[in-house]
Amino acid sequence: MKLHEYQAKELMSLYEVPIPEGRVAYFPYDAWMVAMELGFPVVLKAQVLTGGRGKAGGVKIAKTADEARDIAQELFGKTIVTAQTGPQGAKIRKLLVEKVSSIKRELYFSITIDRTIGKPVVIASKRGGMSIEEVSEQYPEDIIKIPIDPAVGFLPYQIRRLKYDLDLVEQEKEISKIVSNLYKLFMDKDCSLLEMNPLVVTETNHLVALDAKLEIDDNAIFRRKEVAKMRDLTEYDPDELEARFAGLNFIKLDGDIGCMVNGAGLAMATMDVIKFAGGSPANFLDVGGEATPDTIAKGFEIITRDPKVKALFINIFGGIVRCDKVANGILQALKTVEVKVPIVVRLTGMNREEGMEMLKNSGLAFSVAQDIKEAAHMITQITRGKKEESLKNKENNNNKKEK
Amino acid sequence: MAIAVYKTSRVIVQGITGKEGRYHALACRDYGTKIVGGVTPGKGGQDVDGIPVFNTVEEAVQKTNPNVSLIFVPPPFAADSILEAVGSGIKIIVCITEGIPVLDMVKVKRVIEKESITLIGPNCPGIITPEASKIGIMPGHIFKRGSIGIISRSGTLLYETADQISKVGLGQSTCLGIGGDPIVGTDYIYWLEKFEQDPETEAIMIVGEIGGDAEEKAAEYIKSYVTKPVFAFVAGASAPRGRRMGHAGAIIMGKKGTVESKYAALKEAGVHIVENPGYIGETIYSTLKDKYHFSI
Repeated sequence: MKLHEYQAKELMSLYEVPIPEGRVAYFPYDAWMVAMELGFPVVLKAQVLTGGRGKAGGVKIAKTADEARDIAQELFGKTIVTAQTGPQGAKIRKLLVEKVSSIKRELYFSITIDRTIGKPVVIASKRGGMSIEEVSEQYPEDIIKIPIDPAVGFLPYQIRRLKYDLDLVEQEKEISKIVSNLYKLFMDKDCSLLEMNPLVVTETNHLVALDAKLEIDDNAIFRRKEVAKMRDLTEYDPDELEARFAGLNFIKLDGDIGCMVNGAGLAMATMDVIKFAGGSPANFLDVGGEATPDTIAKGFEIITRDPKVKALFINIFGGIVRCDKVANGILQALKTVEVKVPIVVRLTGMNREEGMEMLKNSGLAFSVAQDIKEAAHMITQITRGKKEESLKNKENNNNKKEK
Repeated sequence: MAIAVYKTSRVIVQGITGKEGRYHALACRDYGTKIVGGVTPGKGGQDVDGIPVFNTVEEAVQKTNPNVSLIFVPPPFAADSILEAVGSGIKIIVCITEGIPVLDMVKVKRVIEKESITLIGPNCPGIITPEASKIGIMPGHIFKRGSIGIISRSGTLLYETADQISKVGLGQSTCLGIGGDPIVGTDYIYWLEKFEQDPETEAIMIVGEIGGDAEEKAAEYIKSYVTKPVFAFVAGASAPRGRRMGHAGAIIMGKKGTVESKYAALKEAGVHIVENPGYIGETIYSTLKDKYHFSI
């Protein structure tokens, strides 16, 4: 779960990490008020859950309160489009308005989990303010990586190394306190990423976390109720949220073949096989181990809500979930949700025969495929046919108009 | 020979009185696995269809002498259960549980490294040596004893792959899912080494996924140490960047973790790539027959 910058800063501030003075604005007038209160100049920062917002025009400086209000007016309602958000972008609903800090140097500091060694790792650099990927490509010698043994924590000698490598001898006390407290925050709140880019040295030689990013491990949310409350539901796709509440794992894509699959790996492979057959998946959907009529019905509902969806591909490999149970789920679900698009089913694994029998005897029109490549072939034939049909209809309409 | 689990493996099931634990303990026993005991704190003295239940792993070890533990404990307590098995001297641990907090796994990882434990998972389907022992949740009947070893990150994709291999008339020596989480007990390299040494395994199939660099690391290892033919499919060619595709570990960050980067590394190591997951069985069959002159 990603937190907004202002939420990350609130948490860091609780751990005595210095942050710039600032407040959140929800309306242009808020920005005016905050600017008056803080003094000038101020920086207005879009609070959206994506990286690269500066480049996308989400960070602006105002020299007067009126200017702050006008910029806020312009930013509210704007959408930030980055590689992470996809073409639909993230709408700006909140701005963090902060006093502009005087910057002498920009540093980089983060803590994350290194999957390969299975330990938290501190990454720091004298080159802050640019993306760490760029730094690692252009100046790999300027990246400091310190793995931390969770049994003993972030040790004084490791912190000393940071102090020397980042040229922070003068800020010795500050840097020690900041990094050891941040490590504590990382562990206390089950973070998966904590980042300050930049952490700055001000003209008066103090350290301030100018930007802050925090991500909480989704698997640990159950024991971090205080952080769970910070989840900003407006930042999620409504269909994805609805699916999540129903216990489904759903991600919307932009193709025309709806997919319902059990297992994340098979769901990805199903999308791949559709792509190789020349089709385009409309979504990723993992129904998980509990394919009840309710969850399947919810899946149908969410998938077919998208008017682009021209056909539905159900791909189930019965392991934990047995095929007869899934077949029953599908049939029950079709009683409550009307699915107008053709359905191709591929059912295999535990109790396959019983499941297939149930679908056959239902009197409903399923196309049944023997394996994954046949299913992909069948479903792309359907969507291709539909495309030609709609093209023909268009032509017919045009012909009629001409007549 | 196969690897890690055999007909003689003696297994206890932690979390045996839960819905899943009970169902799969019995399914494993039906397959022929020696399920010698179960553990659920507070339910010691009971039995699950004749399988004795103990309060602690310690007690189960004393009374039933197991060498493998299969874990179905819910996420908040799963890491503790793994460490309990470690503390009781069990050397092969299979953890099915999905959703364990990463920082819990950080602790587990640290302990198992010091104790040379073989942990499979978490968030995995388990391990199977066909027609000998099934320690996990996979549908047993799709596997056939044979010469292909399979290492998969995903559960259902392991089934899909094994099924395709069985259907073209080949079989498997041992198959396992290493788990879809960011931190798992054992990686591809650990199992590649085992399969390379196993006389029954003649070829190895890797079923990867986007995210992380485990496939790239495996490629480096294969290049220097693996002499047997290796095949690979990596799921997620059609996945959008920066999104977590179901599995906690399946996410592309920047340029890292893409299918392209994984295939490039694997190709360079001489691995046969199967890009389209619909053709895994056929590709393995024809390559082994035509290129390696296997008598199939």
